[in-house]
Amino acid sequence: MKVKIFVTLKDGVLDPQGKAIHHALESLDFSGVNDVRAGKLIELDVDPSVSREDIDKMCDKLLANTVIENYEIELPETAQGTVS
Amino acid sequence: METAVIVFPGSNCDRDMAVALETVTGKQPHLVWHGDSELPSGLDVIAIPGGFSYGDYLRSGAMASRSNIIKPVMDAAQRGVRILGICNGFQILTEMGLLPGALMRNSNIHFVCKDAELDVINTDTIFTSGYSKDTPIVTPVAHHDGNFFADNDTLDRLENDGRVVFRYREDINGSSRNIAGIINEAGNVLGMMPHPERAIDEKHGGTDGLPLFESLLR
Repeated sequence: MKVKIFVTLKDGVLDPQGKAIHHALESLDFSGVNDVRAGKLIELDVDPSVSREDIDKMCDKLLANTVIENYEIELPETAQGTVS
Repeated sequence: METAVIVFPGSNCDRDMAVALETVTGKQPHLVWHGDSELPSGLDVIAIPGGFSYGDYLRSGAMASRSNIIKPVMDAAQRGVRILGICNGFQILTEMGLLPGALMRNSNIHFVCKDAELDVINTDTIFTSGYSKDTPIVTPVAHHDGNFFADNDTLDRLENDGRVVFRYREDINGSSRNIAGIINEAGNVLGMMPHPERAIDEKHGGTDGLPLFESLLR
């Protein structure tokens, strides 16, 4: 089962990389971009026996630093009903 | 004084740290590999050195803070053993949860590598009793992720409790309130981004780092 984990900086935490990307977009003459926030996508291939709770624990213990980051877990559509 | 330096894959200040410790104690520190599950017995001081442990994968210090050796280091911290984390060592201490906050990418994106002037804010610690509040010190800094972040409540608490130990005299990396180093509540765990171990000999260009080791190892 493929699980996607999106790790993003919390609101209010300065994102220097997002700022640099924003600046680069402007220097390429793309206008109308109001803000850029950069994050990480982590893909896990896990056994069906792995629960949503297990994945939450993985995020809390390692994949995200919850002092500065939020995470969102995206389960495959077919598994949504079976994984609790 | 029994001292140890923890060595991770990608540590690069471990030898400088060992030299600094030996200079003051006259005794070689134990070099302890991150994969070990036990520390040598009778340690007084554990140093977590600078570098780029595990290539800074995931986040600076994230992988190192989950190594085998971390459990005994946590236990030692709880027993009151003195722990000094420099640069990557500071990042590892925050990732371990021994110190609050996080070290983020420098606000201007650039790697900063220069001599930085610091104020010693609290000289009433086992790490800084050899300094004076009125005399700024100069130590090298060399980091990409030194931008100290914590929420305002945490920052207020750190300041009110005298746990901000070092502050940059000018903004070099975007750190909240120019914080360069903090100590834990019990006063036995210090994390700082600047490198006192690179300023202990006139040949280094300065000796402002030496009083830290002399305070700590006294």
